[in-house]
Amino acid sequence: MGGGKTIGDVVLDLQGISLSFGGVRALQDVTFDVREHEVRAIIGPNGAGKSSMLNVINGVYHPQQGTVSYLGAKRHDVNTHEAAVQGIARTFQNIALFKGMSVLDNIMTGRNLRMKSGLLAQAFRLPSAEREELEHREAVEQVIDFLEIQAHRKTPVGRLPYGLQKRVDLARALAMEPKLLLLDEPMAGMNVEEKQDMCRFILDVNDQFGTTIVLIEHDMGVVMDISDRVIVLDYGKKIGDGTPDEIRGNQAVIDAYLGVSH
Amino acid sequence: MKKNRNLMILFAVLLAGLIAPLVTGASGAGFWVEVLLGGLMAGVLYSLVALGFVLIFKASGVFNFAQGAMVLFAALSVARMAEKMPLWAAMLMAVAIMVVLAFVIERLVLRPLVNQDPVVLLMATLGVTYFIDGFGQTVWGSDIYEIDLGIAREPVMILQSVFDGGILINKDDVAATAAAALLVILLALFFQKTKTGRALRAVADDHLAAQSIGIPLNRIWVIVWSLAGVVALVAGVVWGAKLGVQFSISQVALKALPVVILGGFTSIPGAIIGGLIIGVGEKMAEVFLAPIAVKAFDLAGGGIENWFAYVLALLFLLVLPEGLFGEKHIDRV
Repeated sequence: MGGGKTIGDVVLDLQGISLSFGGVRALQDVTFDVREHEVRAIIGPNGAGKSSMLNVINGVYHPQQGTVSYLGAKRHDVNTHEAAVQGIARTFQNIALFKGMSVLDNIMTGRNLRMKSGLLAQAFRLPSAEREELEHREAVEQVIDFLEIQAHRKTPVGRLPYGLQKRVDLARALAMEPKLLLLDEPMAGMNVEEKQDMCRFILDVNDQFGTTIVLIEHDMGVVMDISDRVIVLDYGKKIGDGTPDEIRGNQAVIDAYLGVSH
Repeated sequence: MKKNRNLMILFAVLLAGLIAPLVTGASGAGFWVEVLLGGLMAGVLYSLVALGFVLIFKASGVFNFAQGAMVLFAALSVARMAEKMPLWAAMLMAVAIMVVLAFVIERLVLRPLVNQDPVVLLMATLGVTYFIDGFGQTVWGSDIYEIDLGIAREPVMILQSVFDGGILINKDDVAATAAAALLVILLALFFQKTKTGRALRAVADDHLAAQSIGIPLNRIWVIVWSLAGVVALVAGVVWGAKLGVQFSISQVALKALPVVILGGFTSIPGAIIGGLIIGVGEKMAEVFLAPIAVKAFDLAGGGIENWFAYVLALLFLLVLPEGLFGEKHIDRV
């Protein structure tokens, strides 16, 4: 935990979110908020609605009921592209990198929204475009250094081992310099060593850049270690919300995870 | 690797076929070079059409059956408008028309069908093909029209000192080749060096991830269909100037299919080199293979040009399914 860090105001506020697909009710009346600079975890058994929640924040799904307030203003139904413009970045559970491109190019795409030169200026390498490309290249190099993937800059991402691909996925999201970073199971499928690395990176991002992070994770140990607050979903409903210590002692959560005899 | 060996054998056979007439003395050096050049020029045209296919496939994963129809439509637009205005103005107008067409296709066909199976999109582009074919005739008519590029059509004799009897080439063919080369260089720059090019490649790889980093899918599709439209325009004008603007252009454009199979669906250099191989291959086969077929098996001998490209593509499919330069898929299991 970033020792002594200050948690700020509410940046994201979800009120009474309900989402269903046909007859399947993925989320039912879920309410929670995310404060600036915190690491907020969403946990729950398989099919609890964690990914759906993340996709609502990201604008992939639009809830039938409830409101989303972002940075103090009520947000209308945005699509993923608009969410990105508003400073929301994400990583994917099943890595969704651009396989045909190098690590560097993948991360550079994260700068796309910030690059302003016109098409012709870029194609003909006008000085202004050249300067801009260099500036953004520098920002990307910082991200590469930060995540310690210098050696793989030019490698096509498809050839990297799984753990490194996850890291590139995070790097691309970081290159956007997001206000809010959504991580969909960042440690899924990793070995212990890779998990430790990823934990360190997540905490460093949170600490050094002050990025607010919402993450979904299965590994309870990891979640309890790195989160400031945790929300627990089960069958689309919120059954717990609080600090890791409070969640550990929450009977409803224990029942959901361990099962309960009725 | 076995695959590599097969490919080497395939290339060795092709190369042997290429130089056989020269070595066996079936033709004079001058005539051989002439056939070779003729094949290369035809190949450039195939490359141009194939380029349109590759652009759209790269960026949207859609196999655009309508590319041939777009070539015809663009050529028709230029030919008919050039009757009333200077050629350059007609070309500019035609570019605008192709961009508008891209907007309409994105809005009415692609956007409603987003996330559908590739086969659904293929069927949709089939529909677009017939619509554009018909609509072109409705607007511009169905006769044979001419495009006059203002370049002298009569062939020039060159290299008379090197080859006996010299070599005949057409000036307009040379101009077409130069135009194609320029277009390819511009496109390569665009894809590799600009952020829009990077965005196009990103969209090609993963729609959802591309959107999540703020790449607007709809705008990218309009851009790429416009680009394909402009490529179709260049192909249509060059072709139309050579053969006259007529319906058969959209049929000949189907030759781009074996070209993209050979070159790889996602590779711009592949489209170029594939086009050249097919162009040269079928000319050589027509000129030098046909007489052999006539002599040895007492066949009629014609029509080799019509099927040679497809057989060649089939051979490549067997040996190298992703084409010469296509992206290799390394899947983790």
